[in-house]
Amino acid sequence: MSGSATATPSAAKPATDINEIFAKMSYGPAPESQAAVNKWLQDHGRKFGLFIGNQWVHPEGRSYMKSVAPATLEVLAETMQATREDVDVTVVAARTAFNTWSTTPGSTRARILYSIARHLQKHFKLLSVLEALDNGKPFVESMNADVKLLVRHFYYYAGWAQLCETEMAEYAPLGVIAQVIPWNFPLMMLAWKIAPALAMGNTVILKPASATRLSALLFAEIVAEAGVPPGVINILTGPGSIGGYLCAHPDVDKVAFTGSTEIGQGLRKSISGSGKKISLELGGKSPVLVFDSADLDAAVEGVIQAIFFNQGQVCCAGSRLLVQESVYTKFIEMLKFRLGKHRVTVSLDKCTDMGAIVDAEQLRTVQSYIDIAREEGCTVWQPEIVVPTSGYFLPPTIITNVQPVSRCVQEEIFGPVLCCMSFRVPSEAYALANNTKFGLASSVWSENINLALEAAHAIKSGVVWVNSHNIFDAAAGFGGYGESGFGREGGKEGLFEYVRPSWQKRPRPDISKIRDVREWSAATPALPPAPTSSPIASTSTSPASDHVDRTWKIHIGGKQRRSDSNHYYTVKTPKGAILGQVPDCNRKDIRDAVEAANLAQNSWANSAPFLKSQIMYYIAENMQCRREEFASRLSTMTGVSMEEALHEVDLSIDRMFYWASYTDKNGGIVQETPWKGFTIQVNEPVGTIGIVCPNNNPLLSFISLIAPAIARGNTIIVVPSSQFPLCALDMYQIFDTSDLPPGVINIVTGVADHLAKVLVDHQNLRAVWYFGSAEGSYHVEYLAASNMKRTWVSYGQVRDWSDRHQGSGHEFLHHACEVKNIWLPVGETAF
Amino acid sequence: MIGYESPVRQDILTKLGFNGKITVGAVCVYPSRVKDAVAALKGSGIPVASVATGFPSGQIPLELRLAEIKQAVADGAREIDIVINRHYALTGQWKLLYDEVKQMRAACGEAHLKTILATGELATLTNIRKASLVCMMAGADFIKTSTGKERVNAVIPVGITMARAIRDYYMRTGYKVGFKPAGGIRTAKEATNWLAMMKEELGDEWLNNQLFRFGASSLVTDLERQLWHNATGEYAADHYMPLG
Repeated sequence: MSGSATATPSAAKPATDINEIFAKMSYGPAPESQAAVNKWLQDHGRKFGLFIGNQWVHPEGRSYMKSVAPATLEVLAETMQATREDVDVTVVAARTAFNTWSTTPGSTRARILYSIARHLQKHFKLLSVLEALDNGKPFVESMNADVKLLVRHFYYYAGWAQLCETEMAEYAPLGVIAQVIPWNFPLMMLAWKIAPALAMGNTVILKPASATRLSALLFAEIVAEAGVPPGVINILTGPGSIGGYLCAHPDVDKVAFTGSTEIGQGLRKSISGSGKKISLELGGKSPVLVFDSADLDAAVEGVIQAIFFNQGQVCCAGSRLLVQESVYTKFIEMLKFRLGKHRVTVSLDKCTDMGAIVDAEQLRTVQSYIDIAREEGCTVWQPEIVVPTSGYFLPPTIITNVQPVSRCVQEEIFGPVLCCMSFRVPSEAYALANNTKFGLASSVWSENINLALEAAHAIKSGVVWVNSHNIFDAAAGFGGYGESGFGREGGKEGLFEYVRPSWQKRPRPDISKIRDVREWSAATPALPPAPTSSPIASTSTSPASDHVDRTWKIHIGGKQRRSDSNHYYTVKTPKGAILGQVPDCNRKDIRDAVEAANLAQNSWANSAPFLKSQIMYYIAENMQCRREEFASRLSTMTGVSMEEALHEVDLSIDRMFYWASYTDKNGGIVQETPWKGFTIQVNEPVGTIGIVCPNNNPLLSFISLIAPAIARGNTIIVVPSSQFPLCALDMYQIFDTSDLPPGVINIVTGVADHLAKVLVDHQNLRAVWYFGSAEGSYHVEYLAASNMKRTWVSYGQVRDWSDRHQGSGHEFLHHACEVKNIWLPVGETAF
Repeated sequence: MIGYESPVRQDILTKLGFNGKITVGAVCVYPSRVKDAVAALKGSGIPVASVATGFPSGQIPLELRLAEIKQAVADGAREIDIVINRHYALTGQWKLLYDEVKQMRAACGEAHLKTILATGELATLTNIRKASLVCMMAGADFIKTSTGKERVNAVIPVGITMARAIRDYYMRTGYKVGFKPAGGIRTAKEATNWLAMMKEELGDEWLNNQLFRFGASSLVTDLERQLWHNATGEYAADHYMPLG
């Protein structure tokens, strides 16, 4: 450590004599006034209740918590600790409001959102000063980022409210939304949550973070002033446990959370199987890739923006710096030179780079990570700059001599701490960038557009900034891969978190009798049928003496294979006649199938959409050739009439055609952000997906699920209906003759729930679609929380696969894609 | 010679408690007026600068441009502001530009050489960076944004590009080259932005007239108005300030 930031008040004292100022040319203080905020706090007696139904509510006997300004430790006000009873009352208010708000025309909702935006603008300064005071962040940032984006979100989503009847015609609002937000961007997070929810016709109950409650309360007053109907927006302050209670409330329809991965996982578990939707914006360890072709001066400023914006308390902070080895030493020197000029001041000083850490606990956490880095032998460096002694301050910190295994590299620190590593070639940079459980954001620095775009493509993160970092806008989705959560906020993609398909009612599965997970997923290896069973029923017309026994196999990596288990179970007709014996697979078959799917993933994802469509059309063509055979099998297996079976086969062929059409028609769009450049939304594949099919319409449901998945570049492990698996197994011959590359579709048969558990537990699988029981849906959602894979479950609801909306609606595309937003700046012409 | 020494009203400086000395960095004139300017400033210590080389377009033969520099120096100019050959810059003939500026450098003799890039005509930030480096390598003591005659003059993105080129050159060679934004800077607020930019990109060493100059004839009036405001708390009118 070559130096540390020491607080020397005498050095911090600005010059007051003009001659001294002229000689020293040092900055003077540039304070923003706190007067308006003080007046607002005084008007409330510096004591706040709960905002329910557009009114301040002050129930008796509640305790209060102090709100402290982290930069000065000034106590700003006291806010109420809501109780469970308060939550219950609020949910009723929100539900009542939902009944009218959800049926209010989009155009009316648009005007109300527009009114919110207008009124927020009228109180722009007040909001900005309060946010800076309460959070500790620089006023310049709260004004230019937080509050600006707050306003922008309400304008933007007013537009979607206006357009929802045409643009979101397939969808309906969810109901009452519980929203729990963090302390790092209190108003911005509030806007990201509330604006899209309201636009789509939902009502909300928002719980601000305990450390930063005040701006949400000011927002509440502005909302009432703007004419929002009572109960549409409710703000409850309270401890974390109240957030948990709110999310678990049976009359809440969706949970939206931004915060730590740990708490997000807990929430996911606590509402598993309930039929509530959930979106989670969680942690990150976002890489910043600096290539030797970068404008290094610009990249230095970019790194400053990436990791020291908001004191590094940003979920997408660029906390892992990866620099090409040829410029590594020079770049680190440049960075240190720049940090020598870094200004750390109290929130309301307008001449600043960084403010205070939010509270003592967070300060301790960050400091402990710095200590751990030292203990692990890393080199910690801090500039010799003056840091205020008044509150919770830290100087910017950079750590070198780190290893991929160092804790400061692996874990999210959520503070102004940057870890620096080097790489030699682009492929190494991508490997390091993707060597993380997170996948929220990244930035790429190079003047070589080919390289920058290659990197943007290679990095698995929800946002990639080219030659920029921490740029946000309402028109572009934000959200991550992997343990960074699921769902997107911003853009049209953000709307899907606040709607459900119009045909679907809120699932309210009965999960009162959930068995232990081991019992649910248990499977005893199948045995041969008892000797008294019926003779094997053949769908062929050949006499029994000519019959050649058919051995059904599973399909892994393009090969027809026997199961690792070497057990088979018997498939019978509804009348009990034996139709065949199919592999009763075990966890090793799933392991092999996942391996094959992962092996195939990259090349399938990157193969030309035209090629994908040709293969899928060819599959449909080959199904058509065997139309009668498929129908006959269906009819024998399920007992439906030949006419009905033919109809299901025809629908299946049509569905394969339908999704083949989408192989080259859902690539993404250019988002219309107010940024000089292009913001490109790319619909990437999710990756490898495990699909557990239902028993009804065994061919149609199978095709309806696999087709959109492979059309969008995913590779899959599919478990066909346990009861009626034969049509799915017939398909592998078709896949083999339709030029489908090995590993794109892997078929594993057996006890569905047994295999489902192996799939959900598998860390190397990005998503699981489970169409089975309510109990199974519970376990799938619960187990998936551990590795944060995306899930799509049926909650035991049976869908009509023959219905166009239920069997091939837009939601299939939504689940088959992972949205990435790439920000590409323009700027070479000087003016 | 009061007025040359202090371009700011003395009563304002007194109110502020300022007891130092303020002068302009130089007085810049056309070559034909160098003799007159030298005579007028005699004894003030303020250097006379002269534009040269077919200012502002530079569209005269090289021999004449060099002769013009020599004449101005002979007439007493201690600083020469040349315009670079935009044709060479825009066609990527950097070696030819380098050779030309080097000859101009030689023609200056003891006089300081300021090279005007005419950034408004160089079109791209990349061209501006390259032209900055070529001029510094050829011996420029200052690099300057504009003649004041281009459609776009000094703007901050251009300033940052040039300041970083100066920093890069300094890091590599140890030579400190000065910077002069010119044209379009008319208010104290804008001037403060430029000062902050220099402070951040190059440091306090560049915050004096040896290494940083504004080429902005109308700026001084607004500076005086703002100083008045600072001294009295009252907003000032232009016509209360002597013309700069």
